[in-house]
Amino acid sequence: MKTDVLVIGAGAVGTAITRELTKYQLNVICVDKREDVGGDCSKSNSAIIHTGYDAKPGTLESELVVAANPRYDQLCADLDIPFKRIGAILPAITDEQFEQLPAIKEKAVKNRVYDVEYLSKEQILAMEPNLNPEVKGGLYIPRESIIDPFLFVVAMAENAVANGAKFMLNTEVTGIRMDGDKVVGAETTNGYIEADYIINAAGLFCDDIAAMVGKNDYYVNPRKGQFYILDKNTECKVNHIVLPIPTKVTKGKLMCPTIHGNMLVGPTAEDLTDKYDKSTNAEGLDSIRVDVQKLIPGVKLSDTITQYSGLRPNRNPEGLNIDTYDDVKHYVNLSGVRSTGLTNSVSCGTYVASILKKMGLDMKWNENFISKRKGIVRIKDLPKEEQHKMIEKNPLYGNIVCRCETVTEGEIVDAIHSPIPATTVDAVKRRLRAGMGRCQGGFCGPKVIEIIARELGVEPKDVRKGHSESYMVCGKVK
Amino acid sequence: MMKKEIICTVCPVGCVITVEGENGSIDSIEGYTCPRGKNYAENEFVSPVRILTSTAKLTGAKSPLVAVRSKTPVPKDKLFDCMAEIRKLTVSAPLKRGDVLIENVCGTGVDIVSSADVK
Amino acid sequence: MYEIKCDVCVVGGGPAGLSAAVAAKKAGAEDVLIVERDESLGGILQQCIHPGFGLKLFNEELTGPEYYGRFIDEAEKVGVKTMLGSMVLDVTENVVTCINSEYGVCEIEAKSIVLAMGCRERTRANIVIPGTRPAGVYTAGTAQRLMNRQNEMVGKKVVILGSGDIGMIMARRLTLEGAKVEAVVEIMDFLAGLTRNRVQCLDDFGIPLLLSHTVVDIKGNNRVESVVIAEVDENKKPIESTKREIECDTLLLSVGLIPENEVTNKAGIKISPITKGPEVNQYMQTSMPSVFACGNVVHVNDLVDNVSAESATAGKSAALYAAGKLGKADAIAVKTGENVRYVCPQNVVAGDESVDLYFRVMKPEKNVQITVCDGEKVLFKRKAIKVNPGEMEKATVNLNGISELVVSVKEV
Repeated sequence: MKTDVLVIGAGAVGTAITRELTKYQLNVICVDKREDVGGDCSKSNSAIIHTGYDAKPGTLESELVVAANPRYDQLCADLDIPFKRIGAILPAITDEQFEQLPAIKEKAVKNRVYDVEYLSKEQILAMEPNLNPEVKGGLYIPRESIIDPFLFVVAMAENAVANGAKFMLNTEVTGIRMDGDKVVGAETTNGYIEADYIINAAGLFCDDIAAMVGKNDYYVNPRKGQFYILDKNTECKVNHIVLPIPTKVTKGKLMCPTIHGNMLVGPTAEDLTDKYDKSTNAEGLDSIRVDVQKLIPGVKLSDTITQYSGLRPNRNPEGLNIDTYDDVKHYVNLSGVRSTGLTNSVSCGTYVASILKKMGLDMKWNENFISKRKGIVRIKDLPKEEQHKMIEKNPLYGNIVCRCETVTEGEIVDAIHSPIPATTVDAVKRRLRAGMGRCQGGFCGPKVIEIIARELGVEPKDVRKGHSESYMVCGKVK
Repeated sequence: MMKKEIICTVCPVGCVITVEGENGSIDSIEGYTCPRGKNYAENEFVSPVRILTSTAKLTGAKSPLVAVRSKTPVPKDKLFDCMAEIRKLTVSAPLKRGDVLIENVCGTGVDIVSSADVK
Repeated sequence: MYEIKCDVCVVGGGPAGLSAAVAAKKAGAEDVLIVERDESLGGILQQCIHPGFGLKLFNEELTGPEYYGRFIDEAEKVGVKTMLGSMVLDVTENVVTCINSEYGVCEIEAKSIVLAMGCRERTRANIVIPGTRPAGVYTAGTAQRLMNRQNEMVGKKVVILGSGDIGMIMARRLTLEGAKVEAVVEIMDFLAGLTRNRVQCLDDFGIPLLLSHTVVDIKGNNRVESVVIAEVDENKKPIESTKREIECDTLLLSVGLIPENEVTNKAGIKISPITKGPEVNQYMQTSMPSVFACGNVVHVNDLVDNVSAESATAGKSAALYAAGKLGKADAIAVKTGENVRYVCPQNVVAGDESVDLYFRVMKPEKNVQITVCDGEKVLFKRKAIKVNPGEMEKATVNLNGISELVVSVKEV
């Protein structure tokens, strides 16, 4: 196999780079060791599109995130995915926190985020009636926004496919071949891929890839963040992203609505060594309760419909880096793309494209680039007349499989046969939310297994939750 | 001599009844609070029986299985033998509740019947 | 859009809906229509292949399919209409909107409506079990569906959390089909389900029941590899020194049921914060007078026999309402006294009639007196040797001239 550019990692960053490169007349292959796009970090985070108001001024991260934020309105419209500019508020609960507000506002200005405003106690309580009434005042960051992180990556990947890119999943890079001081290809579990240029966007595992080209100047450790998701019907809600004032030690735990109307509460920040440890623990979950109650005393965590944890790729030494090396030519290394990674994925794409051009890659504009992608039609969002027409066209749209999130069999079949096929129970769930509601797949799970098996022509025992060892059932009873 | 503690299931009270005896004969029975309980404990000591329910492979219908049961209770110690017989079974639609699928399963004198209607 | 008219529209064709529909028809409703999301009638009983149904109603030990089979026979006989594969999305005072593969979006205009959607299971997330999120964590009912309707074995080495009836029944079912059930773990110091099930599902097969224990961790990144259990103290907090790991590939949860009231909520019908189901009066009438409710959508029952009885009341009332023979009168709230968690119906309309009050206690007690009082006046009195939250109690009272009702359970 041969390609102009090989992107390693199909998380938000790798996928955004892949999509960006399809704007040029290039062959692009994106590989990932997992069974679906979405990486590790990109699918379990706080789903916020940041402004960069609190980045370290003057850093590459600040530059990328600040440039990325304004792009999302058009990008999400093009990709046909939901996006909401709900804004964030930073309430100061103690006098000490209140005194910190001017410095935070000043830092925002240094990051060229000029629209951060002060809020009086009255204003902030009017915006968020469930805030701790002790609140002294706060800040408003209007362009902090929410997105569906799964759909975002899937949509970018599908759009990249429509523009000629190729995604190879279940494909782990095991080595990188060099010819003198230049990379020429990668060994993978799916064979050798000859590539003129290689981009390392492997996130949590980018240090392992870097080591394959002899670069050991940093390492990545996972920093775990645990979250609660609350039922849409929980009484104590917030309207904005409610962020705590950060301390020296931690950015703290937030509460915000998700794009689908649930409440998200968390995360913790625990430094680990095991890159596969995505477990939650009682201590972490309890610390969320303690901390968030300081902001929103009435939060009802007993209304939880799930808890999960995500791993941030914490670079040591810290900082977002996009590196090139004189002794490893035709290779770009991204590391430390952390909390703001979802936001600045699109900036990474543009930035990497510009690096490749400097490196000498012939980047002719692809005039046929299609910027728009159409998602799966969501029956529940249609007016009754439209629903009726859809069902007339395809009766499977009349069969509701997931009751909690109103997902039909037709939509599930669409997802299974989409450009990045959803071949696992989790992949279906991430695209359509079947199983993400309050029954957590209790009702739809068995049906989803049946539908996937039928559509892929396999036995139910061969259907996976996600990873190849995550079998759902183990054979026939009779 | 055998001693057995039996939790009575006749009513929600759940009396613990102690029965002593040998080879199907009862020497002493204590702890019951009603005659139905005494009767239950005696039977449970001498020859415990259970209704067995399971599924059988089904052809000619949308569903891959049909629910089956022993028409009346079978000896408790024969449950797994009966399961082995049911496992060998493949039946075809249509079926009505009560249709006999295995006669006199494992020599118990009890039939395995369909417990559902299949069209 | 497809439009239909009927007198009584019943949402749900499980045991509650079937019983309500038959009763409505028998009470004189001309056109009774059941709207059911599944491809067949019977609801959850289709997967409940075990015996134990109908002891009260038929004085026979029936399996789930045998039990609802009798109601389907009856429904066919009296001429109840059905619309299968139809998911109800909205209910208003007189319109039920559903979607269906064959007809698309359907609007059913009905003079009265009976809600009989049943309940759903509490999940791992509801009870916050920490650990990884591998495949192999199922609610007991989901596993039951997979095994008994889809012919799929869920696992080979199983731990069950919660001693609810479905959990114990699945312990037996899995054992009979060759799986090894390592333990049934219950956080309370008493059994959640029926004693009969403990004896016939656990003791018969030597499956250990660990009371005052819970699951504190789930391990395995892809499929469940083990769970960690621990004993809990009197505050239900796990005791560190008692932690022990059990190797298994499956964890089943039988940790409670919640009435499923998505459409009820959307319709703006008043929901009880305790039962999580609509508040009803003795006619099973909700706060929206044309809408009635019955079965597990109202409150989670332990015996289907009770569901059938209360649903018959709902069906009959809905028929009377459709015929203009039942209005909406002022109701008196039924109050919960000592050791009573809830009473159903939550309110009653006074009048010369006898009504069954179903209720659950908060904690197990022995040698108690159950009373229903109107002020100083004792309307009902019964002694019970034992009460426990897992078993619903019943008190029958006459509502003639009452001004208040309080149900209490006191030790004597």
